[in-house]
Amino acid sequence: MEERKAIIRVENLSKLYGRNRQEAAELLKKGADKNEVLKKTGVTTALWDVNLDINEGETFVIIGLSGSGKSTLVRCFNRLNKPTSGKIFYKDQNIGELTKKELLNFRRDNIAMVFQHFGLMSHRNVVTNVEYGLEIKNVGKQLRREKALEMIQMVGLEGFEYSPIGSLSGGMKQRVGLARALANEPEVLLMDEPFSALDPLVKRDMQFELLSIQEKMRKTIIFITHDINEAFKLGDRVAIMRDGRVVQIGTPEEMITNPADDYVKEFIEGADKAKVMTARHVMVTPQCIVKTHDGANRAIQEMRSNNVPSAYVVNDQMEFVGIITLDGAMKARDEKLKVKDALITDVKMVDIDDTVDQVMTMFADAKFPVAVLKGKKLRGIISKASVITTLSESSFEQENEKSEA
Amino acid sequence: MNWLYQFPFKLNIDTAAIDDAVRSFAVNNEAILQFMRRGLNGLLSSIHSTLDFIPWWILVIVVFVLGFLQTKKIKTGIVYAVMLFSIGAVGLWPLMLLTLSIVIASVAISLLLGFPIGVLISMNDRASSIVRPILDTMQTMPVFVYLIPAVLLFGLGRVPAVMATTIYAIVPIVRLTNLGIRQVNEEVVEAAKSFGSTRIQAMVKVQIPQAFATIMAGLNQTLMMAMAMVVTASMIGASGLGMEVLISVNRVEVGRGLVSGTAVVILAILLDRLSQGWVKDKEEEA
Repeated sequence: MEERKAIIRVENLSKLYGRNRQEAAELLKKGADKNEVLKKTGVTTALWDVNLDINEGETFVIIGLSGSGKSTLVRCFNRLNKPTSGKIFYKDQNIGELTKKELLNFRRDNIAMVFQHFGLMSHRNVVTNVEYGLEIKNVGKQLRREKALEMIQMVGLEGFEYSPIGSLSGGMKQRVGLARALANEPEVLLMDEPFSALDPLVKRDMQFELLSIQEKMRKTIIFITHDINEAFKLGDRVAIMRDGRVVQIGTPEEMITNPADDYVKEFIEGADKAKVMTARHVMVTPQCIVKTHDGANRAIQEMRSNNVPSAYVVNDQMEFVGIITLDGAMKARDEKLKVKDALITDVKMVDIDDTVDQVMTMFADAKFPVAVLKGKKLRGIISKASVITTLSESSFEQENEKSEA
Repeated sequence: MNWLYQFPFKLNIDTAAIDDAVRSFAVNNEAILQFMRRGLNGLLSSIHSTLDFIPWWILVIVVFVLGFLQTKKIKTGIVYAVMLFSIGAVGLWPLMLLTLSIVIASVAISLLLGFPIGVLISMNDRASSIVRPILDTMQTMPVFVYLIPAVLLFGLGRVPAVMATTIYAIVPIVRLTNLGIRQVNEEVVEAAKSFGSTRIQAMVKVQIPQAFATIMAGLNQTLMMAMAMVVTASMIGASGLGMEVLISVNRVEVGRGLVSGTAVVILAILLDRLSQGWVKDKEEEA
């Protein structure tokens, strides 16, 4: 992984609700869990000892069930919630120590938020809602209107600029919410389950919209969700939370291949693995490789001894050039030709980092297993069978675990 | 066994001392009271002379138009206009104007004082817990009780009537302003804050506009309370429709009482419908 600069750093962040917070903190330090603390002290543990780094320009997804503290955490970033203890740094600034005025400026210039139920002001229309952030910053009337209209266009709401909020559908409302947040040109965008209130089709549209906007703008996005597929689809990195603690932080791929514990495993169970796993995970080493300068006889011998109908052909640098079939090799032998003359180059190729989802679309009209390349070098092959086995293997494992439990 | 039915001791409240205190307050603060009296009198006179200046048929037409605009039905407009006309037709127009001017003055003062109080207590739980029992008291205290100090401080007539009416009518506007602001969707308030609104910006640009419908409902209630109180206030010499009712009661003239009573009802209905319709319009927009 390349080294990236952390824009937000969270250190030992905790948020407790209740009177005997001191006592509760002692218990938590000794490793007591949320329920135990609640029973003994009456204190609700919303967050406990959260540590994480969020890099500039990445989409960081925080996922967890309701009550896991994810909304509380995201509200600490712009101090809608004040943490009980711990620190949050934005660049090198401790957010907890900002003065009132600094906090206002921080919220106005650096960070913006999109809400689950949109948080739109029903007494204002679309464009004046989008303008709101600029209005309270005292940006001139004309300037803020221009900016707002531009944002409205970007989220695909042109034609609705002067519609009242009440007349919009859920998806459109959230587009307004997004436009309003972006109008401020924040560096960090907080999104608190922004698509949870939308129906599945609209949700997919909005995810796509967000991805394409993110491609253009490269903001740091902190995205809260309880949908594992959404998390894996959008997140560069994902943090799983449980009972106010962070259980695991990692890329979607890391989580699938190496879940920290059973809780994470269980959570991931619902994920569509084909979208996360890459060619690397499902490929197998080709049994039979021949070089371009090898003779046809050698190729035939190689295929026969491995009992396969075709061989993968590489040049001296191990760069993939094509496939040779047993028939083709025999014909070449009869005509005294070399391997490279009987080469079939019409072979599907994928990059080693392509998702299984992408690989699967190639099988439709593939005569041979798909070649997996890194750069130009052959790293493995994927057959239909190997994909199906890998995907069903992991779900098979889970089936077993379930029946045992 | 008698002690079972007896209170352990009797607390003697010196009611005379309270009377004296109020009286001496009136004497000691004569200058301020005089100032308030003059101010209120001036306000009442100007409202009354404005109303008096408008020919009756203009008011009837205004009521017709408002009724029509509100319901989009000509029938409603006509009904409202006929109702108002009938008050004049039975010869109660001048008295109605007197009543109306007291109501308008009281509602204006209630709004001017009550709305800011409502806003303040919506921002502060402590202030709210102090003000709320006071509001309860103001609302449940028998209305006649207000009349006594009002008379002591301001004498007889329409000025103490405005004072007593305001105390009674200010409660709903305070309560509903507070309630409306507290009930604004929390996410909307969070959104306002998250963009860096100051407290005042959030209040003025978001919370108050979002609570507008509830605040208007409060204003409507205030209007109705004022209307109810103004009749009672005739007991301290506020002339108007209430006075007419009072005279009928004193003379046991059932017919006269019925006519003037009906005029009060009509005025109340008109004020209620016309102010309520506005609230509904705003709600539909939202």
